[in-house]
Amino acid sequence: MTALDVAFAASGLLALGGAALAVTTRHVVHAALWLVVALLGVAGSLLVLGAELVALVLVLVYVGAVVVLVLFALMLTRAPIGPDVAHAASGWRLAGAGVLGVAVTALLLTVLLPLAGEAPVARAEVTSTQVAGRLFSTWVWPFELLSLLLLAALVAALAVSRVGRPVRGDGEVPG
Amino acid sequence: MIHLAGPYVLASLLVGLGVVGITVRRNAVLLLVGIELVLSGGLVLLVATQAAGGDRWGSGSVLPLFVITIAAAEVVVALAVVLTAFRHRGGVDLDERSGEAP
Repeated sequence: MTALDVAFAASGLLALGGAALAVTTRHVVHAALWLVVALLGVAGSLLVLGAELVALVLVLVYVGAVVVLVLFALMLTRAPIGPDVAHAASGWRLAGAGVLGVAVTALLLTVLLPLAGEAPVARAEVTSTQVAGRLFSTWVWPFELLSLLLLAALVAALAVSRVGRPVRGDGEVPG
Repeated sequence: MIHLAGPYVLASLLVGLGVVGITVRRNAVLLLVGIELVLSGGLVLLVATQAAGGDRWGSGSVLPLFVITIAAAEVVVALAVVLTAFRHRGGVDLDERSGEAP
């Protein structure tokens, strides 16, 4: 165990604890807030792995934007403040979900753990300058396509949310 | 110096917990919580390949940024669909049948 291993284990435990509570809690708003804890733990473990830019972007975009969007959607769909008994899962469903989760985890572990090896590896230092150089040389076309994707997502979200709205002018409700 | 088993175990457990979240939730908004957890497991795996020095063209740092951006776009469209479905059906229950949907 090296110092980096201990730091990674600490942030990883934070991420796993937050994730476990986010998927099991009955309070819908608490689920979104536990997701924040889980993502902060993931960002911490990415920081330990040496990807500081990815960790910062994760906090900015996921915690800053995505979780706020999820909270807004919960409020707009009239989520209950207390425990959500209307959407409680049955016992069989809980058992099936648990079995599926354990199976997926076991499958991934059997594939990944033999690749890890016994000896610790030296952490590769990739600075933000190197990432920027790669982003604007090798990856420049996918990067530009991403901006197109974001624009398409924005337009699509607007178009989808207008479905069923009365068209301005005749007041008829289509569909 | 870091052992690679830690990131691999963390990624596997995050993906497993995300799959549990996707399967067990009946609220359509909370389904997205599980999807985010699966994607963050993928992020940990991508960055772990970079930390091991096994990637080319800086993909271990660039591809996570792409994944985060695509996930943000996906969440925006998914929430628009969920809100529209809520307006049409009056609920976000994924088990509810949509037989007499308008």
